[in-house]
Amino acid sequence: MTTTYREALRLGLREALEKDERVFLMGEDVGRYGGTYAVSKGLLEEFGPQRVRDTPLSELAFVGAGIGAALGGMRPIVEVMTVNFSLLALDQIVNCAALLRHMSGGQFSVPLVLRMTTGAGRQLAAQHSHSFEGWYAHIPGIRIATPATVEDARWMLAAALAHPDPVLLFEHAQLFEAKGDCGPGPVDLARAQVRRPGRAVTLVTYGGSLPKALAAAEEVDGEVIDLRVLRPLDMDSVLASVRKTRRAVVVDEGWRSGSLAAEVMARIMEGAFYELDAPVARVCSEEVPMPYPKHLEDAALPQAAKIVAAVRGLG
Amino acid sequence: MIPYPRELSLRLLADMLRIRRLEEKSAELYGEGKIRGFLHLYIGEEAVATGAMHALAPEDNVVATYREHGHALLRGVPMERIMAEMYGKREGCSRGRGGSMHLFDAARRFYGGLAIVGGGLPLAAGLALASSLRKESRVTACFFGEGAVAEGAFHESMNLAQLWRLPAAFFCENNLYAMGTALERSQSQTDLCVKAAAFGMAALKADGMDVVAAHEAAKQACERVRSGAGPVFVEFQTYRFRAHSMFDPELYRDKAEVERWKARGPIHNFSARLKAQGELTEEQFLEIDRGVMAEVERAVAFAEAGSWEPVEELARDVTTP
Repeated sequence: MTTTYREALRLGLREALEKDERVFLMGEDVGRYGGTYAVSKGLLEEFGPQRVRDTPLSELAFVGAGIGAALGGMRPIVEVMTVNFSLLALDQIVNCAALLRHMSGGQFSVPLVLRMTTGAGRQLAAQHSHSFEGWYAHIPGIRIATPATVEDARWMLAAALAHPDPVLLFEHAQLFEAKGDCGPGPVDLARAQVRRPGRAVTLVTYGGSLPKALAAAEEVDGEVIDLRVLRPLDMDSVLASVRKTRRAVVVDEGWRSGSLAAEVMARIMEGAFYELDAPVARVCSEEVPMPYPKHLEDAALPQAAKIVAAVRGLG
Repeated sequence: MIPYPRELSLRLLADMLRIRRLEEKSAELYGEGKIRGFLHLYIGEEAVATGAMHALAPEDNVVATYREHGHALLRGVPMERIMAEMYGKREGCSRGRGGSMHLFDAARRFYGGLAIVGGGLPLAAGLALASSLRKESRVTACFFGEGAVAEGAFHESMNLAQLWRLPAAFFCENNLYAMGTALERSQSQTDLCVKAAAFGMAALKADGMDVVAAHEAAKQACERVRSGAGPVFVEFQTYRFRAHSMFDPELYRDKAEVERWKARGPIHNFSARLKAQGELTEEQFLEIDRGVMAEVERAVAFAEAGSWEPVEELARDVTTP
């Protein structure tokens, strides 16, 4: 079935609410407003205010309440409006959700799903456009997933709800209108996927950069790997491709310094150094706060042309 | 007049003593290097945890702070497992991984042992939300110090709890100092019940040096929560006799103030009242104390005999390496 990324996310939510009465959705404007990005539109009417809960603008409290509700036997899906706002809840995510299982000696698990919109491309300027999923991927104890296709948008939620530990789902702002096939499901929350086979270079990417990498791959015969899950990283898939193409460019919408791209590059170096024909390169966001005007925003972000140039620069 | 049957009174006394003796021993063991890291003692505040825990039922939830040895103990976590945890031994109640600040016990619905000030409040709101959605009859009791009221987590969680009428009891242990910062040096409004009232939440104050007053306030709060009337805030006014942690030189308060509060010590005042009304003799007190000391000695022996978690198990319980 062909649909949009947004509709696929909604189908996933509806199915989760239908299948398991422990599941509920909460967040800012998920109910009456229908979700900032209209993902949860109609769900309040369908499932009622107990299971589709509008919250106050209290990210720290409602994310923490999601953790508590998960400990208390529920399967909460908490929506944070954008990744920038998730920083207000960082204490609960990092100091609590991620640590509880290990620090309690394995007594507690936190089956919480935290969804948020990430990324730039909609001229929302510096405080609504960044990509912090790479930061989150630094932290053991949480799983970081980045649906980049309609299929993953449709099915990753179910996989996340089945996981015993906190899962953060990053939905990219530029993908909501993307169309594609839902597929039959289910999908896993572990493996990277080859989205386009190729011979000349491996393009490793995730989330909103996937369409850009696919466009670039057409020009350079690239093999495109969609990481899908940023923690834990499926390096086996990446290394298998790199061993074949012997060259790699990592495309990551996060800032360059201390980025997820840096981690992937380091692991390629650790795992396939002697099989490389050229140093691994990367295309990241420019290290500036995201500007508002379209031409500057475009210039700050990874683009297909930059990826092609990076591939050509490998020599 | 203490309004309880003698049996309950003696139980309250014994439980305060159990906390006191456990912690005195812990301080001693800290000096010997057996216990490391941070160790925050509750000595002086025992009436609060004792009064409150005796108002809770086994099906209730408890969320506490890093000054939680007493709460864990009276929740039913065996003293030996608490001591083993402080030693860092595998037989500890968190497998030795948490230490003094991170005591957990799933079976007793004891959710920590959380060492970020204010961090337990959102969690408590969520536990209460879960029991409300699941139509379970549980009170979620959340303990925190007055330092936490400066955190956004306090205000956000109080609002959420009252807005959704969650079955939570917010037990604020006001010992007047957030580490070394006095309440009046950090808060524009020092009446904590006024803060709770700003959210429309029922709020009461209790003398946290008196186990009877603390128990009555906690019972009243829990009854209200159980009745479905929504959350309650209780301010227990109390005082920490010892330093904030073992690293604290106590430059921020004078000795005379500490001595004034010690004169209101919860254990000797309560035992004096029991003696005055003919329900306790000095010999009976000593007998209770000997029993407690024996429990402490068993706990130490258990911890000493415990084992270290093998390094090979370092990454156990991390599912996203």
